[in-house]
Amino acid sequence: MAHERETDHATGVETTGHEWDGIKELDNPLPRWWLWIWYVTIAFSIAYWVAMPAWPGLHSYTKGMLGQSDRANVGKELTALELQRGQGAAALRTASLEQIEKDPKLQAYAQQVGQSVFGDNCATCHGIGGTGGKGYANLRDDVWLWGGKLEDIQYTITHGIRSGDENARMSQMPAYGRDELLKPEQIDDLTEYVVKLSNRPADAGAVARAAPIFETQCSACHGLEGKGNQELGAPNLTDADWLYGSDRASIRGQIYAGNGGVMPTWGGRLSPETIKALTVYIHANAGGQ
Amino acid sequence: MPTLIDNRPPEPETRTAVSAAARARGKGDAKGGLYKPREQIYPKLVHGKWRNVKWALLIITLGIYYITPWIRWHRPDGFPQQAALVDFTGRRFYFFDIQLWPQEVYIFTGLLVMSALALFLVTALFGRLWCGYACPQTVWTDLYIVVERLFEGDRNARMRLDAAPLSFDKVWRKTGKHLTWLAIAFGTGGAWIFYFHDAPTLLRTFWTGDAPVTAYVSCGLLTCTTYIFAGWMREQVCTYMCPWPRIQGAMLDHHSLQVTYLGYRGEPRGPHKKGQSWEGRGDCVDCRQCVVVCPMGIDIRDGAQLECINCGLCVDACDDIMTKMGRPTGLIAYDSEAAVSHRGSGCKPRYKPVRSRTIYYALALGIVGGLTLWSLIARPDADLHVIRDRNPVFVRMHDGAVRDGYTLKIGNRTFVEQRFDVAFEGVPGARLSHPGAQGEHVSIVVPADQVVPLRVFVTTPPNAELDASVPARFIIRSGDVQAEAKTVFLSGAANPQ
Repeated sequence: MAHERETDHATGVETTGHEWDGIKELDNPLPRWWLWIWYVTIAFSIAYWVAMPAWPGLHSYTKGMLGQSDRANVGKELTALELQRGQGAAALRTASLEQIEKDPKLQAYAQQVGQSVFGDNCATCHGIGGTGGKGYANLRDDVWLWGGKLEDIQYTITHGIRSGDENARMSQMPAYGRDELLKPEQIDDLTEYVVKLSNRPADAGAVARAAPIFETQCSACHGLEGKGNQELGAPNLTDADWLYGSDRASIRGQIYAGNGGVMPTWGGRLSPETIKALTVYIHANAGGQ
Repeated sequence: MPTLIDNRPPEPETRTAVSAAARARGKGDAKGGLYKPREQIYPKLVHGKWRNVKWALLIITLGIYYITPWIRWHRPDGFPQQAALVDFTGRRFYFFDIQLWPQEVYIFTGLLVMSALALFLVTALFGRLWCGYACPQTVWTDLYIVVERLFEGDRNARMRLDAAPLSFDKVWRKTGKHLTWLAIAFGTGGAWIFYFHDAPTLLRTFWTGDAPVTAYVSCGLLTCTTYIFAGWMREQVCTYMCPWPRIQGAMLDHHSLQVTYLGYRGEPRGPHKKGQSWEGRGDCVDCRQCVVVCPMGIDIRDGAQLECINCGLCVDACDDIMTKMGRPTGLIAYDSEAAVSHRGSGCKPRYKPVRSRTIYYALALGIVGGLTLWSLIARPDADLHVIRDRNPVFVRMHDGAVRDGYTLKIGNRTFVEQRFDVAFEGVPGARLSHPGAQGEHVSIVVPADQVVPLRVFVTTPPNAELDASVPARFIIRSGDVQAEAKTVFLSGAANPQ
């Protein structure tokens, strides 16, 4: 690597004494303006320390004369964003739900707002895609326990379900097994009956035995044909959609315990405009009603 | 491995083996410090064929640069009437009948790759022609030297003026020169901003103070760089700042044409008196004309050097002298290393423009050029991109139907509003719908030259028998403007609930 410094014949310039694969490095002098530019950068950095935040201390840092602060800048931008959102919110406030959904621009805005609010507040139970899970309603299909029209959805979000809000949607399925309202074998028969309701093969004897029980106990809410009732949040038992599972064990468990989910009330937590946006977002992405 | 041709006569071994040329250039004293003050270069005016080519190119390139933004071009109302415009706020690029969107940046990529390959090809064939003739640094420096000559005279007069003590004459000449330079620089920076904004409008708002801040900043910045680079720094930019000379050096080989001093014909050099015999001596009369006209301040007779920009001014200067001397021209000429060594050893010179390197560059250039042109021509008037919902992938309805959600990005490239009808193919009996509108028929109005997103749902008939994944496509149509995009319909068949 290191050799003697020597003078290169072709150029008359000294070499640095470094050599790689027979190639020697020349030691050409730098142009002087380059050196001056370097001095300028040093001067600039010193001026920068004075003008801008630069040196960290143990508990603070040098603030600089210009008062530049990224934190303050972000704060300013957030304030500006709030203002901007205020305009959108004003548009949402004055328009009706139908108007919002019909107007492409407003709908796009509401969808954006709705999507982000949904992710922050609703996705915990309903899933980020809104498809729910066992015990949590699927908001994407066209099956609605409490109604899927715009106003229904808005009401549900505002007041919640069994949330303790005085206007909350409220209903309670009896726990037929746990409270010993029905005998275990009757519950078994009823299970078969419910399976039959959704067009699946079931034990004919059990179905026949359970028919009167269904009529007396269940039809008040679920209807004689088991079609459900959205006034009471009673699910339709004849379709392929099951909140607590479609197999016999799940159906039997539901008759035994009479589970009913709780949805919080959002009226106090989210602004009316936000709830409107959320309503439109959910409605637009569901199998509409 | 090309080597430097050393055209100098062998020297007696001196204390340090430093060539006479190196000493002449003042680099030879080993006591040279770490930093080198700049030696002022005073290029002399030269007349000749390459100088004329340079004048012509200077007029053409600067003409294109200054005039282009002012060319008007008819487009429908609401669109810029400027032929060449980079519209950052509208995120569009206009060039006569071509209009590009930001997502077509690949066409610019193609252009840049083509430029690079064209540079490689030209350099491999003819050496650093870009540097000598077309580079903005060269062109504007040339223009600035014209101004300098106007105020201070040619080389000798300028040297005398710089050496002279301060006087009224000196001050007004210098002041006039710098003011003119600044005016040209300002015109250059000013012309630049017209490419990004409607030129006549900007010309008005610029002076009323209503132009965007970026316009003033860009204009100021380019005024400074033009004035400093072309007025003050000149050859320093090429030698110390610019990476291109280094890149181009790697493109050269034995067969590239470079400005070459034919040492075998010129040496031994020496002064020549009229009537003296030319026997036993070289044609070079050591008049140093090639040195004084050189904008880089080098002596071409030392052989190829990294400073040389291949501009051919020394060729003109030498040809002029040779004609006066009654000797054949071409003592300094565009020539290749291979041809020179052939001739030097008495063989016929061979030029090889077609060789593996140039074939490869030309092929690559042709392929990239063809692809870029094809992608420019083959662009449809409408754009369709389909983004399939990934959560949920599909939704099963109460009646057993399956629904998939898609977001369509529908772009209208025409200058008129289009109402696109959306169709879906691939799933028999599937129904299209979109939020906020019920019904079988989905259509959307897309304003001229815009992209609009559209949420659509595709719902199968109840209990349709479908594969888990069905190939499908969306088609948008508005009159004869149409586009289609492939997608899939996921039915969830593989994982029934």
